[in-house]
Amino acid sequence: MSTPHSWNRLPRVTADATHTLTQRTASIPDDLPRPLLAHGNGRSYGDVCLTEQGTLVLTRGLDRFIGFDPLRGVLRCEAGVTLAEILALVVPRGWFLPCTPGTRLATVGGAIANDVHGKNHHAVGSFGHHIRALELWRSDGTILECRPEDNNGWFAATVGGLGLTGLIRWAELQLMPIQNPWMWVESQRFTNLDEFWSLNRYAEAHWPYTVAWIDCLAQGKAQGRGILLAGQHAAAQTELPQFKERSKRIPATPPFSLVNGFSLRAFNTLYYRQPVKPQGALTHYVPYFYPLDAIQHWNRIYGRRGFYQYQCVIPPREAEAATAALLETIARLGEGSFLAVLKTFGRKPSLGMLSFPRPGTTLALDFPNRGDKTRHLFEELDAIVREAGGALYPGKDARMPASLFQSGYPQWETFKKFIDPGFSSRFWQRVTS
Amino acid sequence: MNSIKRVILFGATSAIAEQTARQLVAQGASLYCIGRNPDKLTALIDDLKIRAGDTQCIDGSVADLTDTQQHDRLIDLAEHRLGGIDGVLIAHGTLPDQRACQADFSLTRQEIETNALSVISLLTLLANRLEQQQYGVIAVISSVAGDRGRQSNYVYGAAKGMVSIFLQGLRNRLAKANVNVVTIKPGFVDTPMTAELKKGGPLWAKPEKIAQGIITAMQNGKSEVYLPWFWWGIMLVIKYIPETIFKRMSL
Ligand SMILES: Cc1cc2nc3c(=O)[nH]c(=O)nc-3n(C[C@H](O)[C@H](O)[C@H](O)COP(=O)(O)OP(=O)(O)OC[C@H]3O[C@@H](n4cnc5c(N)ncnc54)[C@H](O)[C@@H]3O)c2cc1C
Ligand SMILES: NC(=O)c1ccc[n+]([C@@H]2O[C@H](COP(=O)([O-])OP(=O)(O)OC[C@H]3O[C@@H](n4cnc5c(N)ncnc54)[C@H](OP(=O)(O)O)[C@@H]3O)[C@@H](O)[C@H]2O)c1
Repeated sequence: MSTPHSWNRLPRVTADATHTLTQRTASIPDDLPRPLLAHGNGRSYGDVCLTEQGTLVLTRGLDRFIGFDPLRGVLRCEAGVTLAEILALVVPRGWFLPCTPGTRLATVGGAIANDVHGKNHHAVGSFGHHIRALELWRSDGTILECRPEDNNGWFAATVGGLGLTGLIRWAELQLMPIQNPWMWVESQRFTNLDEFWSLNRYAEAHWPYTVAWIDCLAQGKAQGRGILLAGQHAAAQTELPQFKERSKRIPATPPFSLVNGFSLRAFNTLYYRQPVKPQGALTHYVPYFYPLDAIQHWNRIYGRRGFYQYQCVIPPREAEAATAALLETIARLGEGSFLAVLKTFGRKPSLGMLSFPRPGTTLALDFPNRGDKTRHLFEELDAIVREAGGALYPGKDARMPASLFQSGYPQWETFKKFIDPGFSSRFWQRVTS
Repeated sequence: MNSIKRVILFGATSAIAEQTARQLVAQGASLYCIGRNPDKLTALIDDLKIRAGDTQCIDGSVADLTDTQQHDRLIDLAEHRLGGIDGVLIAHGTLPDQRACQADFSLTRQEIETNALSVISLLTLLANRLEQQQYGVIAVISSVAGDRGRQSNYVYGAAKGMVSIFLQGLRNRLAKANVNVVTIKPGFVDTPMTAELKKGGPLWAKPEKIAQGIITAMQNGKSEVYLPWFWWGIMLVIKYIPETIFKRMSL
């Protein structure tokens, strides 16, 4: 098929070869150029899933279930299975993923390698916390079964390990029971950041899922205005609404970005003005968790030059000041984002040496690629993040400087010992050179 | 509409058959899966069992289908496990190295045994059973390559062509017994069989798409189907190019 790329279509790099895996027990031929790198479903925004040399190993063909215990909610599956495929199997049987990112098109291998987080991080931690076991194939032919209770470091290196410790062939997940596929969701408008912090504190203490969307173009007194969504799985009930999935698609890539000052301002204002439901409403889990998946190829709206996502985490003590400073900088430089997402992480320590989630506040924004202007903005944002002792998310990065990676991930040198010498990525070469 | 609730899959571990199996299971069918590679077959059956409901039977056995002596026993086993046969899909096949076959007849013979003779042996036995029970669907994956011999691929083309013509005759015979015989002619499909080829572009289809077409054709009791449908037009043109011109082209 066509050359694999990442979701933001940046950078545009091609490996020397690609290799499609369809059998989990098949080994990767020795004559393929090295280094290797697993590529799941390319839902990362950047180069953790790309390499310029060697072979990209496509894992989507590893899409089989291996074992399911419907009484205990334990599922073992191959690493290329998507979260959507898992949900289709387990939701009708009363189970759910205990942790899910904002797309259900990520694979299990990709979700482990980026140790992804969801809107319930404050309640349940990240993806790695729900993995009971995984199998790792190393390029020297060794096969390791890793479990969280092992203390040899392999599990901690592989969760959040950015695909560098080898190929994950299968994983075993602990699922979470639900009563039905519906969510009970309350939404509330806040008119500025201060209001967000107090609303959020309350919501976090009372709801398993919380997330806020921010109008990042609003300035002055309205800076940081937005909508907070708090949700929980719906309780058992006798009558449930009907739900029919609909999807649209962006048919082609326009030559230039459709995201510009005008469309951003219009979108952000409209989004902010949408009717909120403080009294709560039932929402099906699909539109609640995966609103963007409903528009296939939405990444095309940014045109041929692609776009960047910027996602940082700021430690709790600095969070309020740094978040304000980030928003101010974005507004001052006249850049804007469709979806600025703000969320606080909980205190549960991540299991991975390089996991992104950690106590603090995370802000995620999309920016069209406007060359130097965008790069300049990022340098200013980096300075705020660095000053506050924060870090950027490797799974959503195509440009962070090596120094910022190394300061944000102090365990990176310990991690190096676990890297498979036959694996590498463009990301890793960039942040360690 | 044929109701296909009990199905035997030959070459079940093929990418196209696996997708067909998943879709059949989602529709509530019971399956008996026959494949050559034991690891692949176990992985397939474990997966299908998880997808299936409690009342569906998913089972299978390992067999090299060029061993035609085994065919009768395999069909017996399957019929017994499923409690009857509503449908059959024959999907196994290999894509020969045309140049190697040109150099060595024994390779050519092997390819014809896998792609044509083993299929014809299965068809002979299945036809007699279904003819007797007076219902059922037999679908076989042939190929557009069987529609006309081309220099790049004529050993495969000849084998698939033999299967297609055999099926025409069989369809003619079994129509009287209320049994449908469906010839499936896929174009380019992105599967391990075509791993060596350069893929991409509008002519390449995903196996799940082909699987959908196979099931619809079986349910509707179609005769010959091109999958995706537009290969019908492409092959019409290719079949009608006069031989004097065709022989000078490099297809
Ligand atoms: C709309 C949208 C919303 C998102 N929301 C969130 C969110 O809320 N939270 C969040 O954390 N992320 C989010 N993401 C990011 C996404 O969840 C992650 O980037 C995820 O890792 C993508 O999975 P993938 O299977 O596509 O992996 P890829 O992007 O293909 O690869 C990601 C990494 O995993 C490695 N990898 C993949 N498979 C294997 C394997 N079998 N063995 C070893 N390594 C492997 C790759 O080498 C690479 O380093 C979102 C993405 C999108 C597009
Ligand atoms: N892919 C295409 O473009 C295309 C186009 C037209 C028609 N077709 C036909 O579609 C069918 C399915 O192929 P596919 O594309 O899905 O490729 P595939 O995944 O490579 O499947 C071929 C299968 O046939 C099995 N097989 C080969 N010889 C066998 C034997 N002697 N006994 C038992 N099983 C045997 C293989 O088993 P092992 O795994 O053990 O090798 C494999 O599972 C084939 O008949 C093929 O000719 C394919």
